[in-house]
Amino acid sequence: MTMKSLSTKLAGLGLGVMIGLGAIGAGAAFAAEEHGEEAQPTHFPIIKPTLEPWSFAGLFGRFDTAQLQRGYQVYKEVCASCHSMNLMSFRNLAQEGGPHFTEAQARTVAASYQVQDGPNDAGDMFERPGRLSDRFPSPFPNPEAAAAANNGKAPPDLSLMAKARAVERGFPWFVLDLFTQYEEGGPDYIHGLLTGYKEPPAGMQIPPGLHYNPHFVSGPAIAMPPPLSDGQVTYTDGAPQTVDQYSRDVAAFLMWTAEPHLDARKRAGFQVIIFLIVFAGLLYVTKKKIWSKVAH
Amino acid sequence: MSGPSTYQPQHPALKWLETRLPILGLVHSSFIVFPNPRNLNYFWTFGGILAFMLVAQIATGVVLAMHYTPHVTLAFNSVEGIMRDVNSGWMLRYLHANGASMFFIAVYIHIFRGLYYGSYKAPREVLWILGMIIFLLMMATGFMGYVLPWGQMSFWGATVITNLFGAIPLVGQTIVTWLWGGFSVDNPTLNRFFALHYLLPFIIAGVVVLHIWALHIPGSNNPTGVSVKEKQDTLPFHPYFTVKDALGLVVFLIFYCYFVFYVPNYLGHADNYIEANPLVTPAHIVPEWYFLPFYAILRSIPDKLLGVIAMFGAIAVLFVVPWLDTSKVRSANFRPLYRQFFWIWAVAAVGLGYIGAMPPEGGYLIVGRILTVYYFAHFLIILPLLGLFEKPRPLPASITEAVLGGGAPVTAGAPSGPQTK
Amino acid sequence: MILAHSAATEPTRRDFLFIATGAVGAVGIAATVWPFINQMNPDASALALASSEVDISSIKEGESVTVKWRGKPVVVRNRTAKEVEEAKAAALSDLKDPIARNANLPADAPATDANRAAEGKENWFVMVNVCTHLGCIPLGQEGAFGGWFCPCHGSVYDTAGRIRQGPAPENMAIPVYSFMTDTKIKIG
Repeated sequence: MTMKSLSTKLAGLGLGVMIGLGAIGAGAAFAAEEHGEEAQPTHFPIIKPTLEPWSFAGLFGRFDTAQLQRGYQVYKEVCASCHSMNLMSFRNLAQEGGPHFTEAQARTVAASYQVQDGPNDAGDMFERPGRLSDRFPSPFPNPEAAAAANNGKAPPDLSLMAKARAVERGFPWFVLDLFTQYEEGGPDYIHGLLTGYKEPPAGMQIPPGLHYNPHFVSGPAIAMPPPLSDGQVTYTDGAPQTVDQYSRDVAAFLMWTAEPHLDARKRAGFQVIIFLIVFAGLLYVTKKKIWSKVAH
Repeated sequence: MSGPSTYQPQHPALKWLETRLPILGLVHSSFIVFPNPRNLNYFWTFGGILAFMLVAQIATGVVLAMHYTPHVTLAFNSVEGIMRDVNSGWMLRYLHANGASMFFIAVYIHIFRGLYYGSYKAPREVLWILGMIIFLLMMATGFMGYVLPWGQMSFWGATVITNLFGAIPLVGQTIVTWLWGGFSVDNPTLNRFFALHYLLPFIIAGVVVLHIWALHIPGSNNPTGVSVKEKQDTLPFHPYFTVKDALGLVVFLIFYCYFVFYVPNYLGHADNYIEANPLVTPAHIVPEWYFLPFYAILRSIPDKLLGVIAMFGAIAVLFVVPWLDTSKVRSANFRPLYRQFFWIWAVAAVGLGYIGAMPPEGGYLIVGRILTVYYFAHFLIILPLLGLFEKPRPLPASITEAVLGGGAPVTAGAPSGPQTK
Repeated sequence: MILAHSAATEPTRRDFLFIATGAVGAVGIAATVWPFINQMNPDASALALASSEVDISSIKEGESVTVKWRGKPVVVRNRTAKEVEEAKAAALSDLKDPIARNANLPADAPATDANRAAEGKENWFVMVNVCTHLGCIPLGQEGAFGGWFCPCHGSVYDTAGRIRQGPAPENMAIPVYSFMTDTKIKIG
């Protein structure tokens, strides 16, 4: 046996062993996943989010102003009674690339809230109508009060919710996501969660105060009761008044509150990348020219 | 950085300066007329890309520090203030956060290139070790930077990584308390991490100067691994390599900007958009992707101290690669066996990264252990033995010959140039 | 130009290529530099910073209150009749700065007392109490003109906040403000 063939065989053996072991390991992992029965799920969410069409997805994605306005309405009339939105100010409602209310409309919204200010000259805190620069007021004065009013579980702040929840995509999706620019996992999850309440499968015990939701990322049941029902919020623009539509609108709105400069980002990104491609093309030609006289 | 300069400034003002501080001559000899092997491929542009990334990270970082507040009650919101209110703040922060990942992508390609083409071998051992020191400093900087936004992953990452030092016998807990400045990761920890995160890049810049200095003594290695023998083996740095590096850099920037503008959170973790909560650990803690292979090694060993030793050993072993590799031939292009083992090792390293991102259970744990053993076996067993048993392919007599494709090759396996020393 | 020493074949096309590439690169660098400069400008939250409201019902004649607006002290003063009289008496030609510097009026309005005091309420006087020399806070009811005196470098202002002596170049600024009611002023 020559040295060369031995070396080739050795290397081939190494590669073969690696692939084999990898396959065993992966097989074992999948077997572990299949083991859970319907009534005793071990991996959450039980149902992974489906990919919904969003106006802000993809290379030229932009928020749909009308949808954000509806989403704000759902947030304001439903979510805001329990969930805070600490990072948002009323001025943001008039922001370009957002719900884009007129400044007067945003001012009116702000003034409809009483905001605590102070202390005044007498040293007392006082209430006054909200202004554009004020943050959205919280429904509870502190997390402890929020928890006390909600069965011991404080409703989370919603400002960043659409970026703060992600369901594991798994191989090969997480690789493909890079090329399809999939960054709507948050809105997909929120939409799935809000439309996903149902009866638990036979044999599953749901502790009191919790609600079965197979879309919930950290267990079979969630503390939040089903928040939406058909016809609950009255739209003025003729959009369907269904739980599905409410969920879509509020998910889009939450994506905007989590990423308020998304429109500007994608617009700038397109310009930057076109510029860089042109520049790279010019450099390529220049480089070829400079190197054309020398062997390399 | 390459000996006395032959640079003669023409302008009187430049002459005046040059006799007092020969900085123009330094630049001229290092980056204008410096002779580079003419056969360098695009993998050699990553040195320049890394220099750019260091400058870019410092520039965006200094700017972010103008708006960031290193206090546990304000840090998270100050980062969100940058994202929402600061002019172009979202762009600067995404550039910085993704810049860290790009920095590591570039440095891993740079290291893999060095391993493939044997760039660590004599006379470039010190150059290699300086590079490894930069790599370690980058990891420390990246880790502390990830803590600053004070999200859940920041906090728990900091807790887990600092607790690694608790594995040190006798003084472990004392060291951990000292690192924290308290009895858990808290405001003093955040403050010192901010100070050090601002400091370390400048130390990296200093070591980079040494790295380039050490590079310019022997000059660059090249894809053949054959040393430069005569002037015609080389081309001046400018314009040949400035334009080539610029092209490589701009293509890399397209890749970088794609992340920044289209998938800025792809490499991040959703839990870091939840403010740190010392009372609740996220269900699934993972470090940033660039630490994953080392994290997988840590987890594959069911003993705290040994796990920590293995993790640091995985980096330490890279420091001594110049002495573990017994082959006299540098480039894997002429080492048929090493070339295959190199790729197996590369797959193992990437595989470790994947395992590091998966939960430590079932098959993942088994594969992680096998890959860990293989990772070390590659350096400690395969690399020393290969040099003894492998029969290299014939080397070209010179770079020029390799480029022009003519002439008779040197006797197989015979080392060339400085390698014979 | 970088290869000036090499073969001179088709120099025009080659030179054009190098210049075009260099120019595009320069544009790229300039466009990149701008966000790094602009980030230091006031951010959206600072620009939106609220107006301040002042209740003036308790300010008696000859008294002032100071409120903070955009990080600066704004003085609201109920001037005495004597102070108003003195301010009115000053001839425009005696003023170092003849411009009103009143954000509620056109930029070239003359610095008469009517243009400095509140419209139709000549005793009420609202002013950003920052010396136009180098930004110190002048002391009220001090100095040769009974108005303000800056302790830092000795600028003297009259009872309408106009510079009369010393190094300051301009009258102190009047911010945008309005009377919401007879007893409430909104600044900003």
